[in-house]
Amino acid sequence: MSQTRTRITLLDRVLTPSQSPRTQTMIATVGGSLFAVVLALAICAVMLAITGKNALDAYSTIIETGTDTNKLLETLRRATPLIFSATAVAVGFKMNLFNIGVEGQYLFAALIAAEAGSWVGLPAPLHVSYILIVAMIAGAAWASIAALLKAYKGIHEVISTIMLNYIALAVIQWLFESFFREEIEGNLNVKTSILPDSARIPDIVDGRLNGMFLVALLVVAVFWVLVYRSRFGFRLRASGHNAAAASTAGISARHMIIISMLISGAIAGLVAMQSVLGEAFAYGPSATPIQYGFAGITVALLGRNHPIGIVIAAILFGFLDSTSAALQLADVPNSIVKVMQAIIVLTVVIVNEATIRRLNVRTAEQARAKLETGGAS
Amino acid sequence: MSTANDAANGAENLAVQLDNIEKRFPGVIANHDVNLRVHPGTIHAIVGENGAGKSTLMKVLYGMHEPEAGTITINGERQVLRSPGDAIAAGIGMVHQHFMLADNFTVLENIILGSEPGHRGVIDFAAARVRLQTIMASLNTDLDLDAPVSDLGVGERQRVEIMKVLFRGARILILDEPTAVLVPEEVDELFATLRHLVNDGATVIFISHKLDEVLQVSDEITVMRQGTTVAQTLPGEIDRSGLAELMVGSELPSPEGRTTTVGDTVRLRVRELSVHNQEGREVVSGANLEVRSREIVGIAGVEGNGQYELCTALMGLQTARGVVEVDGVDLSDAPTRRRHQAGMAYIPFDRQREGLMLNSSLWENTLLGRDDEPRFRQGPLINQAEAKASSREIIERFRVKTPDETTPAFALSGGNQQKLVVGRALVSDPAVLIAAHPTRGIDVGAQAAVWDEIRGARDSGLAVLLISADLEELIGLSDTIAVMFDGKITARLDPDRISPAELGSYMTGAYQGVNS
Ligand SMILES: Nc1ncnc2c1ncn2[C@@H]1O[C@H](COP(=O)(O)OP(=O)(O)OP(=O)(O)O)[C@@H](O)[C@H]1O
Ligand SMILES: [Mg+2]
Repeated sequence: MSQTRTRITLLDRVLTPSQSPRTQTMIATVGGSLFAVVLALAICAVMLAITGKNALDAYSTIIETGTDTNKLLETLRRATPLIFSATAVAVGFKMNLFNIGVEGQYLFAALIAAEAGSWVGLPAPLHVSYILIVAMIAGAAWASIAALLKAYKGIHEVISTIMLNYIALAVIQWLFESFFREEIEGNLNVKTSILPDSARIPDIVDGRLNGMFLVALLVVAVFWVLVYRSRFGFRLRASGHNAAAASTAGISARHMIIISMLISGAIAGLVAMQSVLGEAFAYGPSATPIQYGFAGITVALLGRNHPIGIVIAAILFGFLDSTSAALQLADVPNSIVKVMQAIIVLTVVIVNEATIRRLNVRTAEQARAKLETGGAS
Repeated sequence: MSTANDAANGAENLAVQLDNIEKRFPGVIANHDVNLRVHPGTIHAIVGENGAGKSTLMKVLYGMHEPEAGTITINGERQVLRSPGDAIAAGIGMVHQHFMLADNFTVLENIILGSEPGHRGVIDFAAARVRLQTIMASLNTDLDLDAPVSDLGVGERQRVEIMKVLFRGARILILDEPTAVLVPEEVDELFATLRHLVNDGATVIFISHKLDEVLQVSDEITVMRQGTTVAQTLPGEIDRSGLAELMVGSELPSPEGRTTTVGDTVRLRVRELSVHNQEGREVVSGANLEVRSREIVGIAGVEGNGQYELCTALMGLQTARGVVEVDGVDLSDAPTRRRHQAGMAYIPFDRQREGLMLNSSLWENTLLGRDDEPRFRQGPLINQAEAKASSREIIERFRVKTPDETTPAFALSGGNQQKLVVGRALVSDPAVLIAAHPTRGIDVGAQAAVWDEIRGARDSGLAVLLISADLEELIGLSDTIAVMFDGKITARLDPDRISPAELGSYMTGAYQGVNS
C-alpha cells in the first residue's frame, strides 16, 4: 500500500492553501494552458525540423503576430464568430444535447437575415437590431426541427442535426438561386442585395475589429447569468444532470430540450452576422464563411463549456488563424499550419485534464491536512 | 495473482482478514484502524450508523477504493486489490447498495456483461445459459433469463445481481444493505439463498440496519462506529439494544405515542385511479383513497404490486385515469409542478435515480423542485444565499453527516443521502406528503428522528401517504393501512389490531377485506 504522498509539484509551488479553491482552479487552468501552448510549440518545432522547415523562422513569425497590435485586433475579429458558435454548442451541452447543427442553423439564419434586412428601411440602430433578431429567430426556427424531433419522437439530436445540416445547405441554395440572388452584370461573386448603411455594424478599429465582438461578449455574459444564476438555468442543469430526478421535481425534460435547443439555435443565428453586417453586407455562397459550426464544437470543448473558457479558447483559435497567412509567407505550408493548430488544441486538452486531476488530489490532501490540525471529523 | 490456497501461515483460517485499513476522502476520514475477521462458510453482518464507513470498507475489499494504509488478506494470501477485476480474481464479488444493472438489457445480458464466455469476441450465449441454469438450481431460484431488467421488481433485480456475482466465480459475497428494498417474505427468500451458498462453502458479508434480522441470520457481527471497527460479537451474546448501544455509543431513543387525533378535512382524495403501463397492462386498478389532515395512511404490499405507479401517478409523473384532489382542488390533469405548488411533496422510491443530482452540490440538491418558492427567488435569478441557508437548515435538522452544503451529493453515505431527500420534502411545509420508504437505508437512531419529524408534521396538519416495506414502521406510524395486491387495494386494516405476520399474509393475497 502506498504511503501518504509528499511529492511536491509545480502546482504546489504556485498555489497556497490560503487561496480559495476557485482561485486555485483558475490559476491552475490558466497556467496549465500556457504550459500546454509552450509544450505544443516544442512538439511542432520537432515536426517542422523533420519536414525540413526552419522552426525558428516560423516561431519568430508567430511572435511578430503576437506582438503586433493590428494582428491582435484581427485575432479578436476572427474569434468573434467562434464565440457565438461555441456558446450555442455549450447551451446544448448543459442539457446533454449535442448540437452538431450550428453550421446549418447559422448559414440558414445568415441568408434569411440578409434578405429580410434588405426589404426594409429603418434608422441605423433599429435596422441592425431588427436583422440580429431575425437572424436569431431564423436560427432558432431551424433548430426547432431537431428540438421537436427529439422532444416528441425521441430522435437523437446528433443524427437529426447532421441531416439538417445537409438539408439546410440544399434549402439555402434553392432559396438563394430561385429568389434572393441579386444579378450583377459581370460579377461572379453573387450575393443577396447589398445592405444599406443603416444596416451595417461599424468597426471599432477600422478594418481590424468589428462591433460584433462586443455583441459576442454581451451574449457570453448573458449566457453566464442565464445558466449559472437564473432559475431557468438551474432547471436546465438539473435536467441535464439527472432527467429523472428533475422531472420528479416538476421539471419537464421535454420543455428543457425544446427551450435549450431554441436558445442554442438563436445564438447560432448570430455566427455569421459579423460577415453579413460588418464585412460583406450581404449573404453570398462565397462571401459567407463556412465551417464555424464545427469549429465551435472544438472551442466549446476546449473552453469546457464555461463562458470564460469559451472566450479564451476562441481567442486562441483566432490567433492561430491570424498567424496562418504570415506563416505561409515564411514558407510554412498551410497543411502544416493546420497540423500545428491541431497539436496545440490536443495538448491544451490533455494538460488541462491532467491539471484538473492533480488539483482534485490536492484539494483532498488539503482538506485532510485541515481535518488533522482541526481535530475531529 | 496466485491461486495457491495455502493458509498454513495464518494462525487462524480466515476467508477475509483486514488489518488497520485507512481510507480518506476530501474532508472525511471514512475508515481508520479497521480490523475485520471473517471466517469461511459463515454469514457475517456489519452494522453501524449512517456514514460509519461500512460501504467504504466494502468498496476497499472489492478493489474500488485503494486504501491509504492497511493490509488485505484473502484466504491467507496478502492481496493488493487495485480494481474490482483484482477482487474478482481473488474470488470476491459485491452487490452494491445502489443497484448497477443496465435497464435495457435482458437478465442474461446483464449477468454476463463484463465476463462474456466465448471465443474470439463471439459470445457463447448457450454456454452461459447452461452455467446459469446450474447456478439457479443450486440457489433454488428461477428467473426468466430473457426478460428485460426494466420489467423486474427489486427482489428479482437483486437476484440478478447475486447471480452476476456468482457467475464470475465469487466465493466471498459482499452485499451492501441487500434487505433495505425487500419486504419480509423476500428477505426470507434471500437469506434462504444465502444459507444455501454458505452451506456450499461460500462466505457472505452483509450490511444491514435491521438489527432483528442481523441477530437472526448472521453467524458473526462486526460493529463500526465513526470510521472504525469497535466490536466483533456473536448474535447469541448480544441483543438489539446492546447492538444499538455499540453502534451509536448511547441508548436508543424510544418512539413516543401519538398525541393528536385524525382531523376531519380530507386533504388528499383519490377516486377510481387507474394506470396502464407501456404494454397496456393495468397496473393500478380503480384505486380509491382518502387521507385526512393529521392522518397517516400506510400502503402495504410486496414491491411491484402497483405502489410505484400509484405514487408516480399521484405526482403527475405518469398518465392515469381518475381523480386526484388536494384540499378540494382538482389536480387530475395537472403537471407535476402544479401539484407541488398545490402542496404535494414526494419522497421518491429511489433516492439516487429520482431524488438526487449526484454530481451537484447539496445546496443545489435541496433547491431541486423548490426554486419556485418566494424565498429563493430574486426576479428571474436564484437567491443563492437563501438556498444555501435553507440547505444548512436541512443538514442540521436532519443530521446529515457532511462537511458542508457545497459537498457533492455522491460524497454522502447512502443513509445521509436519504436524510437529505426526506428533509427536502418536509421543510417546505407540504399539505400532503407521499413518502415512499422514507427511512430506507437510515440507521436505527436516525430512523427514530425521521419518524419524529413525520409525526411532528402530521400533528400540525399534514396528510401522509406512507409506502413502506418495513412492516413495523408501517404498523407503528399508520392510522390506517391499505393493502395493495396486483394493482388493487384489497384490504383496509386497523394497525392496532394486526401483527406483522398477519399483514404479510394480506400482502401475498392470501387474505382480503377488512380486519375489524
Ligand atoms: N466518494 C466519496 N467522496 C467523498 N466522501 C465520501 C465518498 N464516499 C463516502 N464518503 C464519506 O465517507 C463516510 C463513510 O461513508 P460510507 O458510505 O462508507 O458510510 P456507510 O457506513 O455505508 O453509511 P450508510 O449506512 O448511510 O450507507 C461518509 O462520511 C461519506 O460522506
Ligand atoms: Mg452505505
